[in-house]
Amino acid sequence: MAAVKLYGPLASTATSRALACLLEKQVEYQLIPVDLKKREQKKPGFLAMQPFGQVPVLQDGALTLFESRAIVRYIAEKYAAQGTIGLLGKSLAERAVIEQWMEVESQTYNPPSSFLVFQLAFAPLWGIPQNQTEIAKNEKKFSNVLDVYEKRLSESKYLAGDEFSIADLSHLPNTEYIVKATGKAELITSRKYVNAWWENISSRDSWKKIREMSKADSKK
Amino acid sequence: MAAIKVHGFHASTATNMVLCCLNEKQVEYDFVLVDLLTGAHKKPQYLALNPFGVVPTIQDGDLTLFESRAILRYLAQKFKGQGTDLLGSTLSEEALVYQWCEVEGQSFNPPVSTIVSQILVVPRRGGSTDEAAVEMNIEKLGKVLDIYEERLSKSKYLAGDFFSLADLQHLPHTHYLVNACGKGDLISSRKHVNAWWEDISSRPTWQKVAENMKVN
Repeated sequence: MAAVKLYGPLASTATSRALACLLEKQVEYQLIPVDLKKREQKKPGFLAMQPFGQVPVLQDGALTLFESRAIVRYIAEKYAAQGTIGLLGKSLAERAVIEQWMEVESQTYNPPSSFLVFQLAFAPLWGIPQNQTEIAKNEKKFSNVLDVYEKRLSESKYLAGDEFSIADLSHLPNTEYIVKATGKAELITSRKYVNAWWENISSRDSWKKIREMSKADSKK
Repeated sequence: MAAIKVHGFHASTATNMVLCCLNEKQVEYDFVLVDLLTGAHKKPQYLALNPFGVVPTIQDGDLTLFESRAILRYLAQKFKGQGTDLLGSTLSEEALVYQWCEVEGQSFNPPVSTIVSQILVVPRRGGSTDEAAVEMNIEKLGKVLDIYEERLSKSKYLAGDFFSLADLQHLPHTHYLVNACGKGDLISSRKHVNAWWEDISSRPTWQKVAENMKVN
């Protein structure tokens, strides 16, 4: 059987989201870097796989798949019997609550947090002017979202219940950047239960491995 | 067994996505109005169901569930044996359904919902349409639809030759775009997107829902 190939740079939140799931499920993979600075993702060879010109892309045998959250679901389902068990819950109802929090991440957590990560961590590096009004607006939005998370996590160890799931996994990449690279770590660390949850999920072997790989990458 | 309860608002695209799915799966439901115009969605009674204070939320026995796209997946999985099969027949087909569901959520929804909100909602709240924002998002949406045009020239529906959740997710916002915002040319000017839109919007399961989507 062909090895699973994941195309994308490790620094991309969407790529590390997909990779975290491959690691949790102990799936053998090949990570093929895509150079965003050289706009490799907009070249015909890449567009043939992913017409929107975005990373990551997964190839598993005859299947080519994009959108990190779809990749996460596919890997969790296909390799259900190996690696971390229970990422999709043990019943239809548990799966539904996991999907609910996956969607909350996708529709409500991701927009303001990615905006802050781009404006505060990347815009200065790339010489793009920051928009202070929008930064303040998104910080307020993100804070309001985190208040709901704080209440939820005061009642539940993980977002969807007692076990780590793909819903928690989906939050790893953006939260890592918020805490490590925006100067706004206190958004997470000042909230007792959000912080405990973050400490917990980011200390999993899969995320530790991604941190090691990122460190090695940045030394190249 | 008690019917599924849908807490929602008749003009809400997210609510109507769920109602269409219930119709496709031939599932009975009770509709409970959450009147957004009176701020019912931000009152404690509703926040107890959905702490983010948005519609819709469903109750199915002991399960309370929010986020329309999650509700869609739950219904498609729970009622797999009845009504329209919305997830494809194999794991790979299902993966492609989820891929195009994500495209709708990440690439189609942001520009189209901004256009619809600026043209339909903002004036009704006493504000004025931000024409620059509308123009910018029309351009963005156009680029996304160009990619859809290419895809739909090779595939009858987004995930393959079968109607799925991915196509269904596009119905409510496109309905407003075409029928209430005067931006139908975005769809009609693209041959394959247009054929796909004509097809999916003529499904009786959708028409039943569309009848109740009064803009006023």
